[in-house]
Amino acid sequence: MLSRLKRDLTMADTARVADGARIDLLLVADMIAPGSRVLDIGAGDGELLRILGEQRGVDGRGIELSREGVNECAAKGLAVIQGDADTDLDHYPDDAFDYVILSQTLQAMRRPRVVLENMLRIGRNAVVSFPNFGHGRIRLQLGLGGHMPSTDNLPYAWWESPNIRFCTIKDVRDLCDVVNAKMERAVALNAYGKPLGFNAPWWFWNLFGEQAVFLLSRRG
Amino acid sequence: MGDVETAVRSTLRAGEADAPRNSEVAYFGPDKPLKLDAGVELSPFQIAYKTYGTLNADRSNAVLICHALTGDQHAASPNPVTGKPGWWVTMVGPGKPIDTERYFVICSNVIGSCMGSTGPASTNPKTGEPWGLDFPVITIRDMVRAQAMLLDALNIETLFAVAGGSMGGMQVLQWAASFPKRVFCALPLACATRHSAQNIAFHEVGRQAVMADPEWHHGRYVVEGTEPRRGLAVARMAAHITYLSDAALHRKFGRKFQDRDKPTFSFDADFEVESYLRHQGSSFVERFDANSYLYLTRAMDYFDLAADHGGAVANAFRGLDTRFCVVSFTSDWLFPTSESRNIVHALNASGGRVSFAEIVTDKGHDAFLLDEPELFAITRGFLDGAAKMRGLNNGG
Repeated sequence: MLSRLKRDLTMADTARVADGARIDLLLVADMIAPGSRVLDIGAGDGELLRILGEQRGVDGRGIELSREGVNECAAKGLAVIQGDADTDLDHYPDDAFDYVILSQTLQAMRRPRVVLENMLRIGRNAVVSFPNFGHGRIRLQLGLGGHMPSTDNLPYAWWESPNIRFCTIKDVRDLCDVVNAKMERAVALNAYGKPLGFNAPWWFWNLFGEQAVFLLSRRG
Repeated sequence: MGDVETAVRSTLRAGEADAPRNSEVAYFGPDKPLKLDAGVELSPFQIAYKTYGTLNADRSNAVLICHALTGDQHAASPNPVTGKPGWWVTMVGPGKPIDTERYFVICSNVIGSCMGSTGPASTNPKTGEPWGLDFPVITIRDMVRAQAMLLDALNIETLFAVAGGSMGGMQVLQWAASFPKRVFCALPLACATRHSAQNIAFHEVGRQAVMADPEWHHGRYVVEGTEPRRGLAVARMAAHITYLSDAALHRKFGRKFQDRDKPTFSFDADFEVESYLRHQGSSFVERFDANSYLYLTRAMDYFDLAADHGGAVANAFRGLDTRFCVVSFTSDWLFPTSESRNIVHALNASGGRVSFAEIVTDKGHDAFLLDEPELFAITRGFLDGAAKMRGLNNGG
């Protein structure tokens, strides 16, 4: 049973679309209402902001930690600043944005809870995408292989990984409850980069989702 | 250098104050006084400027370049006093990041300077002598007001961009604060929303060096037929150190000796770095007026956007549509990255639209004037993006 599961997951990897990360971005973009004001935390090379600007007519801003990323964004004409989401979000006023996006960065935050609370303070909605450390293949690497997992999505060795907060889909769902966020939408992607069934139970998503995207709003 | 040659150069330079070479001059008569922060009016006055490129039909592609403390209007064309290339040829010109084939670039000499805009070296029409210390103390805001009057005279309502570094960056920030509707995008480089205590202190050292020179004669050196050359040179030497960095000085000079292989046990310029600084000092004196140096350093000292806006810089930027591109340099200790970050935080707090990049370099504050490919890429990308939003096509 386990070996079959392992084989399936490996096959999934081989068949995985080369541009898997872009599917994640497109999925995030799909959650953003056209023409809204958006802050992208961890803007990277600005790809998501570019997509949002071109496809959704969004008024986008970004924060990026790496100097190379910021300079690349600035050279693309994107309004991205060099900064650290762990500390710099405090400078933004309440309700400054319609959406605050944190894509693939939650697990690298020193204070994920504070960051998420800040996101829901600055923006009316928060969009969080993150890799799922509860994915079956990761469980196999740790459970059977006995070493810290390393995958295409999470290619780092433990001593050099920027990911310091390992979390599963269930864990982030729990954090959303802690910060009093309302789950507006949730999507898990399988190793092919395709959304898993909307009606699947959480344990299924948690086992087969390589990453997930949550659209949140403030409760109450 | 011979005394005769020095005298000739000084005369030529002094002539620039009233009749600048290779420059346009806008004259503002008694009907158009410049209202100064000091509470007085400057009138009549003139502004010397240069333009590059062509203004498009709907007058929407104008870019104003603001120069730094000892800069001038000759941003992209040879300086008539020194014969050297313009101070920002790396950035401004055909095909350069601020592309003169696309934009109509204006660079004006700030008031208070000595290259053709009215300043302490200009002739006071009431006395027929140079203004000297009778010239009113001016501020960055006054400089920007004068530039706005120049744009009115040129019939340019809005600027596509305002760009500048150091004191030029202060003017850029002041432009956005004073005339938000007239600035589509702004590039304040290596600057701050206020002059720090340390920077005021450095300026004070420079001013005291000038004023301690007996040839200064309380600013009446031209009338007395003298020039505070040594004082101004020392001021420049001290200031020049602040424009570089420890690493850059070490890379350039280390502890190398100048034209000798061992110390002379004297106070000659044994070290290359001494010789270099002496050269910087003496060549500066050839091209700049001592009183102008006092006035312009003072203007920078007084700059404090927060103080002008109820204690918060964010108030200065509230409701702005202007797009900002803020750039700092890692080794700049005169206007360190933390100062640029303050600008960015204020813009964020007021909902402004801002790009901010810190560029890694060991060249210190002067990096904005030097060959920094990353600065060029960012400027080009930022302006391209803004031009698209402004509806400027490639043909200008």
